[in-house]
Amino acid sequence: MSLEHLPLLQQFMVVLAAMALFTSFVLLEQARLVSAIHAFAWQGVLVTLVTLVVASSGGQTHLFFSAALTLGLKALFIPWMLHRLVRTLELDRHSEPLQRPALVIMAAVALVIFSYWLVLPIVQQELMFTRNIVAVSLAVVLIGLLMMVVRQQAVAQVLGFMSMENGLFLAAVSATGGMPLIVELGVAFDVLVAMVLFGVFFFQIRESIDTLDVDRMNRLTERGDDA
Amino acid sequence: MMQAVYLTVSAPLAGALLLAGVRRLAVAGWINVLVCGVTLVAALTLAVVVAGHGVVAGSGFRIDAFNVYLLTLTAFVGLTTSIFSRPYMRYVCMSGRTTERGMRLYHVMFQAFMFTMLLALSTDNLGVLWVAIEGATLATVLLVSLYRTPEAVEAAWKYFILCGVGIALALFGTVLLYFAAQHVVTDLSTGLTWSTLYGVASQLQPSIMGLAFVFLLVGYGTKVGLVPMHQWLPDAHSEGPTPMSAVLSGLLLNVALYAVVRIKMLVDGSLAATDSPHLAGYLLMGFGMISFLVAGLFLHRQRDIKRMFSYSSIEHMGLMTFAFGLGGPLATFGALLHMLVHSLTKSAIFVTVGHATHIANTQSIDHIRGLLRTQPAVGWGLLLGVAAIAGFPPFGVFTSEFLLLTATMQSQPWFTVALLTGLTVAFAGLFRHLHPMVYGPAPEAQQPVAANMLPVMLHLGLVLWLGISIPAFLANWLDRATGLITGLHLL
Repeated sequence: MSLEHLPLLQQFMVVLAAMALFTSFVLLEQARLVSAIHAFAWQGVLVTLVTLVVASSGGQTHLFFSAALTLGLKALFIPWMLHRLVRTLELDRHSEPLQRPALVIMAAVALVIFSYWLVLPIVQQELMFTRNIVAVSLAVVLIGLLMMVVRQQAVAQVLGFMSMENGLFLAAVSATGGMPLIVELGVAFDVLVAMVLFGVFFFQIRESIDTLDVDRMNRLTERGDDA
Repeated sequence: MMQAVYLTVSAPLAGALLLAGVRRLAVAGWINVLVCGVTLVAALTLAVVVAGHGVVAGSGFRIDAFNVYLLTLTAFVGLTTSIFSRPYMRYVCMSGRTTERGMRLYHVMFQAFMFTMLLALSTDNLGVLWVAIEGATLATVLLVSLYRTPEAVEAAWKYFILCGVGIALALFGTVLLYFAAQHVVTDLSTGLTWSTLYGVASQLQPSIMGLAFVFLLVGYGTKVGLVPMHQWLPDAHSEGPTPMSAVLSGLLLNVALYAVVRIKMLVDGSLAATDSPHLAGYLLMGFGMISFLVAGLFLHRQRDIKRMFSYSSIEHMGLMTFAFGLGGPLATFGALLHMLVHSLTKSAIFVTVGHATHIANTQSIDHIRGLLRTQPAVGWGLLLGVAAIAGFPPFGVFTSEFLLLTATMQSQPWFTVALLTGLTVAFAGLFRHLHPMVYGPAPEAQQPVAANMLPVMLHLGLVLWLGISIPAFLANWLDRATGLITGLHLL
């Protein structure tokens, strides 16, 4: 079964999910922090849209609530807070191009292919649609992970972390129609607290090593206390 | 019946809120002890109720023989650690390593951490379990950086990022689990309820469950400290305040392993009819054995006393993971007992180590010397604690390790060689560092400190008791948990 035989609504969702994956790539190779935060906000908006589509098609009212929560948290609050932190820390002109952009993008592409391969076992019993969405959201998660590995800047790592959360939420909404409400609330609360703590840590890191380049944090190696 | 559950979980939460408003350090320390005491009483009541009724379930909680014993253990270690932390943290505060505000944060977060642990253990919902375990990271991460040294901040960042990533993968696993459940469970709101899923485990789609288990194992395994996701553990343990190391090692690792075992029970049910029914078990055995052996080797090259004992924790968690993977009533019984004695012993050791670092004013193993001369109580505490954790008879760790060895010999004889080698390597690693620390002449600069050895004596006494004779009620208790996990009874 090919994509054009899917119901229109599902095709729409796949397009939105693909766009979210695209913003992951944008996020990954964005050199300026402020632009990266904007890309992240757009990803939040796309995830919200997917949630809205699922909510209006499936008639699950609690999904409208999750959509509002996602919009508020992922598209507005976290970007706003990061923006403010970046300005307070005077990093708005900070720009840090990737060391090997081609290699990183190739790795990200490989991760997308890997995600599709990993969800292959689902294909036998499941709809094409679900497999696509699960694969795309897993790819968003893994690219977030990749971003945390290749970026040495603390704010960029947090963006990677948060885009992982986006991918997880996308998977939950599109493949399963949203987790039970109490779980969703708990997850949102954890993300919120994590964001606040990340903010605290930016200042602690800057205070201790004078920069947010976490690559400079290398005191704790296996024999760190020899020195 | 449910009141005991509510009280156990809500006491630490209320304590955290209360402590946020208490400014006086002396009072806060006592309130901390008091709240932990209330929690322990509630947990013990709950244990009695569960012993009578079997299972207590309702409003999203479910207490059975498996988690009630961990609940009691968590509340008990929480209480003894809070007793230890009161004078200890006052000393830290007076020595200027942290401020009054830092102390308030410490007390609030200590209770918040206890809350997340107890919630994770008592909930029936796998989503809430995830939220609670992630909450435990959030509660402890600021405590790891409490001293604000560059090392502490680095350790905390590493802890935050690694556990954050790990736990995110676990959430993906949870989503997959829910996805598998949707085809089976009719009422979707119970799609993540463990007891519901357990009832229908055999109908859950094996391919999805296998995939979900890999994600969940890697995710929660990060928190268990399984190699190669263990990188955060030695740093967080060595840089955070010592009471935190005690509860992280004694409780958090257990709870993460508990989550893995719960999920393994579901996956085993789902995979039973396929051609790889022991997939989950084999994965646990592999990760466990690697952690066990690697951590044993790493013990030898440590220079920091708290780092050394955190590697010892990784080693023991590896052993338990291996045993749960092995399955079977004997191995599971041994693993449950090992969880108990390891928690008690390791938190006792961290308490002693806290005093030892204050005596020598350093965490460097090379500079802690002749503890038996400077302060015999601390020296003996350390000596006996290490003897217990290394598996000397008559301590309880010997009993559980012996059971595990027997079980391994029965089902996977070849692994016995690896197990014995690992135990010997770890034993040598611990003792080569321990010997100069307790024996020999003491440097001039080492001064005795006001040490509260009561928690240590209590813990080691219990471990000794468990080594000599396991009381019948406890044996029955563990046996019921074994029956729950494996479906077979040992006794």
